[in-house]
Amino acid sequence: MMDILSPAGPQAAHIRELWHVTVLLCTLVFAGVLSVLAYVLWKRPRAGEADTPDLAARGAPEAGPRRRVSAAVAASVLGLLFLIVASVVTDRALAHLSLKDALHVEVTANQWWWEARYDDPQASRVFTTANELHIPVGRPVIFTLRSNDVIHSLWVPQLAGKKDLIPGRTATLHVRADQAGSYRGQCAEFCGFQHAFMAFTVVAKPPAEYEAWAEHQRQPAAESGDARAVRGRELFLGTSCVMCHAVQGTSASARRGPDLTHLASRETLAAGTLPNKPDALKQWIRNPQQFKPGVNMPATNLPDSDLDALVAWLGSLQ
Amino acid sequence: MSNGPEQLQPPAPPRPPGNSVPATANESAALERTWRDPPGLYGFFAAINHKTISKRFMLATFGFFLAGGLIALLMRLQLARPLNGMVGPDLYNQLFSMHGTTMMFLFAVPVMQAVAVYLVPLMVGAKTVAFPRMNAYAYWVFLFGGLMLYGAFLLNIGPDAGWFSYPPLAGPEYGPGKRVDFWAQMITFTELSALLEAIVIITTVFKMRAPGMTLNRIPLFVWALLVTQFMVLFAMPAVMLGSTGLIMDRLIGTHFYNPAQNGDVLLWQHLFWFFGHPEVYLIFVPGLGFLSAIIPTFARRPMFGYTAMVLALISTGFLSFGLWVHHMFATNLPELGKSFFTAVSMLIAIPSAVQIFCWLATLGTGRLNFRTPLLFVLAFFFILVLGGLTGLMLASVPLDLQVHDTYFVVAHLHYVLIGGAVFPLVGAVYYWYPKFTGRMMDERLGRWQFWLFFIGFNVTFFPMHLLGMWGMPRRIYTYTQEMGWTSLNLLATVGAAVIGASVLLFIVNLWRSRTHGAPAPADPWGGGTLEWAIASPPPAGNFDAIPVVYGRDPVWEAHERDRSAPAGVSGLAVDAREQLITTVLDARPDHRYVFPEPSIWPFLAAVATTVLFIASIFTPWAVVWGAVPVATAVTIWFWPRRGETARHLSLEQSP
Repeated sequence: MMDILSPAGPQAAHIRELWHVTVLLCTLVFAGVLSVLAYVLWKRPRAGEADTPDLAARGAPEAGPRRRVSAAVAASVLGLLFLIVASVVTDRALAHLSLKDALHVEVTANQWWWEARYDDPQASRVFTTANELHIPVGRPVIFTLRSNDVIHSLWVPQLAGKKDLIPGRTATLHVRADQAGSYRGQCAEFCGFQHAFMAFTVVAKPPAEYEAWAEHQRQPAAESGDARAVRGRELFLGTSCVMCHAVQGTSASARRGPDLTHLASRETLAAGTLPNKPDALKQWIRNPQQFKPGVNMPATNLPDSDLDALVAWLGSLQ
Repeated sequence: MSNGPEQLQPPAPPRPPGNSVPATANESAALERTWRDPPGLYGFFAAINHKTISKRFMLATFGFFLAGGLIALLMRLQLARPLNGMVGPDLYNQLFSMHGTTMMFLFAVPVMQAVAVYLVPLMVGAKTVAFPRMNAYAYWVFLFGGLMLYGAFLLNIGPDAGWFSYPPLAGPEYGPGKRVDFWAQMITFTELSALLEAIVIITTVFKMRAPGMTLNRIPLFVWALLVTQFMVLFAMPAVMLGSTGLIMDRLIGTHFYNPAQNGDVLLWQHLFWFFGHPEVYLIFVPGLGFLSAIIPTFARRPMFGYTAMVLALISTGFLSFGLWVHHMFATNLPELGKSFFTAVSMLIAIPSAVQIFCWLATLGTGRLNFRTPLLFVLAFFFILVLGGLTGLMLASVPLDLQVHDTYFVVAHLHYVLIGGAVFPLVGAVYYWYPKFTGRMMDERLGRWQFWLFFIGFNVTFFPMHLLGMWGMPRRIYTYTQEMGWTSLNLLATVGAAVIGASVLLFIVNLWRSRTHGAPAPADPWGGGTLEWAIASPPPAGNFDAIPVVYGRDPVWEAHERDRSAPAGVSGLAVDAREQLITTVLDARPDHRYVFPEPSIWPFLAAVATTVLFIASIFTPWAVVWGAVPVATAVTIWFWPRRGETARHLSLEQSP
């Protein structure tokens, strides 16, 4: 599911090539050393601790072993030089990904979720989402990486190597997906209690579908007029939910937690912790600590009917 | 100048004759009385004999090793199945922080110094280590630091930000409470101890070698330890500086690592890894030393390529300071700079390769004696070579970016550290246990232990390579079934249990052999270095007569020595702790030096230091008032005693 050897884009593919070359060379070296050792252990005569040690080697240089050791060292040096060159060449290839017409996405890491802000020269076309990044197939993406609290690391093995998100610094990561699909990503730098559940999904889709998705994201939340959902909306805007979350098109605009504008269109909840199903959402809102101990979202003591209303409204945010 | 004062002095009594070569029974008995530690409870705390201190030191590190191992078993149990509820994230974070901290700071580095404190004087032909009281102090400080950390852990204030404590997670804002403070102060304890031990060992090697043991005759094991101690001297200050900055950020509101106030969180990473990578070699290089001691003995020939081996050790020491950034490839440091660190990280494989080929050449031209110590050493060739090769993969920036901070790295580092240090260390215990205790360890149990350890190790750690390639990050307390990591994690847990069984066998063997082992002769394995020239266990003053050295393997070469050349040094006092000091390069006799008597003040000074360090976790003012008892204890420790001075004067002779 997160295999580094099944790349879906050029960056991960370059690395896979280098991986295969290196593993091959290393296997040969390993087999070589072990065969020599096995041969020696099998062939050499045995002795006990009482046998006089053989001191002949001290005076005369041992020409045979010396030649063989020198040859082995020379071969190691050549092998290592080859690996250095191969590594640098791969590095160059990674750096030379064409960024023409690139999509700009700012990713900000938080304990323990991801915020993605899709940039656009036109301010009105900028939009924000969380924990699920959609990108167009075949078009390069520049991720600008920041952190709001501690150090995190963004890693989607099938697309590229990882890059740290470090408070006080800005990093960039260039990727391109060449195959449509859904790729799991995960925080790779230990970041506290819920490092284990700080995942996200990158969904690569054909450009037209991507544009449709992006256009939809730019719209305010599509709300249901259903009575229960309306009650849920009131609850959301009237309780502590609005202290942390934003839903475009409503007065909720806090940035401390994930943007929920199009929550219902996402595959998972709580940064890959739970499937996005009404029941899971209800359990989550009731007591997030049960699934993600230490998470910053508090439990709620809303009665069951209120929770259902809240879930009905959130579930309508397509 | 007037010669008046000289006339006022009474004529000095003639110096007592000192030991003869070989020493007579009376002289031996007198030397034993002179060098042994005082009896009783007072004697326990006043002990300064390097063998006593070293044995306690080794036991303490072994205790911490067992604690760290039990913690590892808990983690493996937690990860054995997905969404396991046995350990929550809070405890799990403490567990892996304690495991890493214990194994790195309380086991792997100090155990090597502990072994060195026992063996280095024996191998260089000295009666003691240099600065024996400081050696005792360093041991007590280490012990108290380790106990403090475990005390904190048991009180649920154990560190929880990893053994690397990256700020801001370890900083005041995201790591509230005292947990990280205990971690940072543990650094102060252990690094102080390590620095002092480095001074002790370096001085012993440079100034106290037996006459004739020129630099190019020093046993390779001693070379390895010497290189290691120099690395300690240069590496440890970086982390002490770093952790002091961290404590100050946490305790008195400085902003070294606070980006909001123009601090830099990467500063910590540079300081930490500038120490942290050499630290890996602090653990690995003594392992190389064990191999170079054990292989020649069991191949029945001197080491092939002595000079190449020494140069390889020294270049490993140098290069190990040039590759710390390979722990930071995923940060936004300049890409071109990272390539430099790729090159150095790969090139450090060359000195290791040189040594591996030299050992193979030694084995390949020797006659082999398959005893347990050799088995553990042979495992090195499988495990360490594999770990070294995955290390080459991690040295490459692109490959590292994929597997950095995944279980691939967990696998790699355990292959390197366990294969490169723990297997050789266990072999070394089997090899030198007879010297330490006068008893042999059981061979049959040793073989069982070896195979359980070898198989258990590979079953535990090999699958982790695959887990890392399949995306399993390090330091996660659980995972879901869908990730597909379940079966390999279960396999790793089974392997961990097998390792646990092998360690149990080891404990049984250590314990039983103490009383039931076959009595060991002076030289049970037919070794060539000086420790095998004296009884097992050695007398309190090691050598009744300090030997004179004519080659690299003095015991093997003893029979070819010119009979007219002296075999040992005569004339050192038998009723005072007198030791011959020699020159650094050629080990020519230089002067006699009288070592201090046992004293309880190093212990009391260590207690005072502990009070200062622990109290300063809670208030910065402890640094001020806590310094008073420390200064007092150290002053009394060094205060000259009238009787001692008189005795030293009586031993002095004008040239």
